Amino acid sequence: MNRYILNIAMAALLLLPAISQAETAADNYKTYCIQCHGMQGNGMGENIRDMSVQPRDHTDAKSMGGRSDAELFKVIKEGGLAINKSSLMPPWDGTFTDDEIHDLVKHLRKLCKCKHAG
Amino acid sequence: MLPVLFIFSTLLPAVAAADTTAILQERCASCHNLKGPASATLAALWQRKGPDMFYAGNKYRSDWVEAWLQNPKRIRPAGMFYMDHIKPGPKRDLVDTSTLKGHLKLNAADAKAVAAALAGLKANSALIKAEKHDASMAPGPLGEMMFDKIYGCMACHQIEPGYGGVSGSEMYTAGKRLTPEFMLSYIRSPQAWDPKIWMPNKHVPKDNMQKLVNYIIDLSKENFDE
Repeated sequence: MNRYILNIAMAALLLLPAISQAETAADNYKTYCIQCHGMQGNGMGENIRDMSVQPRDHTDAKSMGGRSDAELFKVIKEGGLAINKSSLMPPWDGTFTDDEIHDLVKHLRKLCKCKHAG
Repeated sequence: MLPVLFIFSTLLPAVAAADTTAILQERCASCHNLKGPASATLAALWQRKGPDMFYAGNKYRSDWVEAWLQNPKRIRPAGMFYMDHIKPGPKRDLVDTSTLKGHLKLNAADAKAVAAALAGLKANSALIKAEKHDASMAPGPLGEMMFDKIYGCMACHQIEPGYGGVSGSEMYTAGKRLTPEFMLSYIRSPQAWDPKIWMPNKHVPKDNMQKLVNYIIDLSKENFDE
């Protein structure tokens, strides 16, 4: 039993988020987001054919303007379900730091050329 | 000196025949990371030509490795890193198959030697030892629902040839390819294995992790690849 607990403890240490270098929003976007949101950010990623819910078009000023920066931060960090949208949008809290997510929100505002309309 | 000894003791196979480690260097090292650590930056990630192999002994089933090396088939529909192999299409981005390269094919003797050498590469063993696979937790009809809808794994992974996303590895062969403990650990935290990987942590509760893994194992029994 002690050995089991030790193994769990060692694994927990290894599971702590690695201290890694902050990446630019543009680099993070093209590495992680375009697989679903597309090379152009228009929601036409290579993965979408069999999805039951289509990814958001980040160039759509009308729909993106309907979301506050806080909502965009929340959906990136906690996933679609956190704002009552699809679970196909995963939580990225295991991948990005909060600062990186804030930068991604700014990047999305550039893509949509929009601000929160509210 | 001690760290050096430690590194070597974790990298060398238990039955470290000189020729088996030599064959890894000769045949595998130009595309696969045999020594670790995993990429810590995107710049390093983008240089990756093939999957990391420094924990191959904890990740792969050795019998699968030996067979696959003699008859290699693409596991990731969009290549090692999807970003390197996409092009715009009329309805969605498409995999640019003209840029995909095949894996070299080994004869039976070399495949056996490489599989044996890879089985000895056991970095991250603490992660594996922390997992306990429970084959009795049958997913039932919930398995596919969890994979497709609840956790959305199908967004990136195919559950049968041509059905599902393409940026992740095919899942219909994963049960033959991967150890159950590796699947559990990787679902628990992809970043613990590979800090910059483009698979997110879906925070799957532990019981559902078991059911997902058992679903993936059941899927491989459909023999879609044959």
